[in-house]
Amino acid sequence: MTPLTFWQQLAISAALIVVIVSVLLGLFSLMTWVERRLLAFMQFRLGPNRAGPLGLFQPIADGIKLFFKEELIPEQANKWAFLGAPVVAMTTALTSIAVLPYGPPITLPQMRWLPEWLSWLSGRTIALQIADLDVGVLYLFAVASLGVYGMVLAGWGANNKYTLMGGLRSSAQLFSYELALGLSLVGVILLADSLRIADIVASQASGRWGLPGLLSWNCFVQFPAFVVYLLAATAEVNRIPFDVAEAEAELVAGFHTEYGSMKFALIQMAEYVNMITVCVLATHLFLGGWLAPLPGLQQVLGHDLGLFWFASKVAALLFGFIWLRGTLPRVRYDQLMRFGWLVLIPVAVAWILVTATGVVLWGAR
Amino acid sequence: MSEGLLQHALYLSLALFAIGAVGVFLRRNVITVLMCIELMLNAANLAFVAFSRAWGTLAGQVFVFFVLTVAAAEAAVGLAIVIALQRHKDTLDVDAFDSMKG
Amino acid sequence: MDAILFYCLAALALASAVLVVAQRHPIGSALALIATLSALSGIFGLLGSPFIAVLQLVVYAGAIMVLFLFVLMLLNVRREEGSPATGRRVRWAALAFGALFIAQVGAVLTRLELAPSTTPFAASPRDVARLLFRPEYLYAFEATSVLILAALVGAMALARREQ
Repeated sequence: MTPLTFWQQLAISAALIVVIVSVLLGLFSLMTWVERRLLAFMQFRLGPNRAGPLGLFQPIADGIKLFFKEELIPEQANKWAFLGAPVVAMTTALTSIAVLPYGPPITLPQMRWLPEWLSWLSGRTIALQIADLDVGVLYLFAVASLGVYGMVLAGWGANNKYTLMGGLRSSAQLFSYELALGLSLVGVILLADSLRIADIVASQASGRWGLPGLLSWNCFVQFPAFVVYLLAATAEVNRIPFDVAEAEAELVAGFHTEYGSMKFALIQMAEYVNMITVCVLATHLFLGGWLAPLPGLQQVLGHDLGLFWFASKVAALLFGFIWLRGTLPRVRYDQLMRFGWLVLIPVAVAWILVTATGVVLWGAR
Repeated sequence: MSEGLLQHALYLSLALFAIGAVGVFLRRNVITVLMCIELMLNAANLAFVAFSRAWGTLAGQVFVFFVLTVAAAEAAVGLAIVIALQRHKDTLDVDAFDSMKG
Repeated sequence: MDAILFYCLAALALASAVLVVAQRHPIGSALALIATLSALSGIFGLLGSPFIAVLQLVVYAGAIMVLFLFVLMLLNVRREEGSPATGRRVRWAALAFGALFIAQVGAVLTRLELAPSTTPFAASPRDVARLLFRPEYLYAFEATSVLILAALVGAMALARREQ
């Protein structure tokens, strides 16, 4: 295959950006509907089922409603911070999706009907990833650290003591659990011997230390790290049971009290995109990405089922998040901070020691 | 990365350092002075990375790593001191802390 | 392409740095500094140091600046008053110092003979880590961890209220 020129690579990246961002934003709208319906079923009621068939037009109705609401800016608010905070939140959320693969690398079939200037597409293998960084996992930490600013600016810019307290508390929660999140991934990185996400997925292929099929996935081999990651991720995206930031009973609505209409919609969008990102990362790092539970199920009738396995794992994790929301009560703020610093971080560090000892004694594969 | 760009990276580092130094002289708020010091540290980091790239050695990267860590520790302690000072004198003006003068 | 990116990021870094010094509101300065740090991180990436670029974002822009913002918001810092009490002389002296400094160091830099190595340079985390754990840097590496612990304890001790 002739190597791609700069403009060809740019074209592929642009197409990938358009597709991935559209799919994610579409998934966000779908998630709002799915979440409300599932929560309703768990609470023995029906949820939104009026707008359109099964209520599927509910997200559209919500969007239209938010679009037409009045745009309020408090008089004493710092305009730049107030208007900039949702932008920062959404920007960091969308920036973090750039390094994640959304399926196995796909190979385009030979297409003889393409015109001359598109013929380089025939048979080309494209990774469904906008940027395949060698430091992919570290890049996600960096963007997660920057995501704190959306909350801090939102809380401070509204010139409201409740939002300021809420914003500071939420950002403290966020960067405390970021530590636990990062530490839980060190074991995975040690075993894969690489920071590249595609390499980490490949390291979970069946047969690691003789373990068959899905037992070589990191959720079993690195089980404590998986548990720490899930808890830390729930806190990172402000989901119940760690959502003191947005709880109506605490501090009004936390850092986004003063936001209405499209600014609020942007903040919600950023939160859901973060949730999807965290689930996709968990799938790649712990659940084997696009690998099938048994090697025989990877290719069926000559078609690669990687995309299907990947989508089902992400869907299962998202369902798990919604399930948690419907089941558990909220954790108090001091309990939350205590849990993050005094339980999760020591467990993560201890597990790193165990993993490192194992790698030194028995090697990474 | 051509030689011209490396040269310009060094000029950028120089400019940032000078801006930071001027800021330390001009600003009255203690925290802003601390921020200008961070700016100077970053200018030094840029110079280290540019030279590391120029000579092809990795010692520059190691040095930047240490500068980052020490800057983090220094910022934490510096801000704690600022908080203690604010409690003591209820102001953050640099000119107010002159009890050791003269 | 590298050149275009570099000049855009350099312009952003310079403009934000000037804003850090020129802004009246300390929180505005902090936000401008975050922009400078992010631009610098991009330049580090262009200079073939992806590890340091990401570390810059994680440590500097993501942790140290959050600490600055927290302190600024908790101490409820307002806009600074107008001109410094020491008058316009100090301002001119500071700018003159800045110009002199740039002139002197610039004179040295323009005479520098940089011959960048032609081997492709990419300082991956693995390469930097290999260097960090070698005997010449190992002691400093372990000492910085003790330093951070000392800073942690010191900061908490300094900032607590007298009971």
